[in-house]
Amino acid sequence: MDDYQIDETVDITDVVCPVTFVKAKVALEELSEGQILAIRLNDGEPVQNVPRSMKEEGHKVLKLIDNTDSTYTLIVRKAGE
Amino acid sequence: MAFSNEQLERYSRHMILKEVGVKGQKRLLESKVLIIGAGGLGAPAALYLAAAGVGVIGIADADDVDLSNLQRQVIHTTPDVGKAKVRSAEESMKAINPEITVHTYRTYVLANNIGQLIAEYDFIIDGTDNFPAKFLINDACVLGKKPFSHAGIIRFQGQLMTYLPGQGPCYRCVFSSPPPPDAVPTCRQAGVIGAMGGVIGSLQAMEAVKYIIGQGELLCGSLLTYDALNMEFRKIKLPRRDSCAVCGSQPTIIAPFDYEQAACEVKG
Repeated sequence: MDDYQIDETVDITDVVCPVTFVKAKVALEELSEGQILAIRLNDGEPVQNVPRSMKEEGHKVLKLIDNTDSTYTLIVRKAGE
Repeated sequence: MAFSNEQLERYSRHMILKEVGVKGQKRLLESKVLIIGAGGLGAPAALYLAAAGVGVIGIADADDVDLSNLQRQVIHTTPDVGKAKVRSAEESMKAINPEITVHTYRTYVLANNIGQLIAEYDFIIDGTDNFPAKFLINDACVLGKKPFSHAGIIRFQGQLMTYLPGQGPCYRCVFSSPPPPDAVPTCRQAGVIGAMGGVIGSLQAMEAVKYIIGQGELLCGSLLTYDALNMEFRKIKLPRRDSCAVCGSQPTIIAPFDYEQAACEVKG
């Protein structure tokens, strides 16, 4: 059982690096501290870079789910300011 | 406001920065900056602020583009010669970023119009080339409680400082009154190296951006001087002067006024 509940989702498969991270950042901005964002992202560069960038910004990466369609879903908990 | 994918791409290099981020970019898009003078200083400042997505940029200048301007005023191009500088500047800014709004003021900025001009803006950039205008902008901004960036360039030298209302010294704390007309040569007489406008005008744009996003330390309470030949930057701490005629404790200047222009500066 997952111990989180997704508050918001964002699809960043329609943009390329570095806009992927920026689009995820914009979505996170709308959430409050502690809320959960699910980010759908492409395999390759996005999956390599976006989780790391999220950690660098202080957010908590809870899970990276392989959707087996060459996309992933990244579950992130928003950190405080 | 929601960002389109195109906006995310345009501003991605800003939004990736922790200091700018989503909030900072939103602030830039909602900000209003007035640039007085579409010349050597105003040109790079206007281009960078337009590119940064400053939502409303006002630009004031009474002159037309002259061939002798093009050596340093990079916002104007050769086909613009003869065109109003504010029109030419507007076209360049809109070409870089069609999203922004540009307000043009094809007028000399004088005591009778400056108050109204600066009123609707968040930050003012002094890109003028003469002392009367610099003192006028200072006085109007102090009286109108508007932050502004002062700058001046001549030959291989440049200087700038930032005024914040209620803080730091104003231009008049440092230089209490203009030198007598014709005592100091203008760029027209003395010359100025083209890239100097690029260096100092870009620093003015940087100060405006920092003010808008609320990050870092502004050049308030110091004068920065740049000597290109010796490749020397100096930051000189300057106190606020309590006896200052406009921002001191007993001000004698209570409304903006015009100093006489040097005779050679008034075009026929």
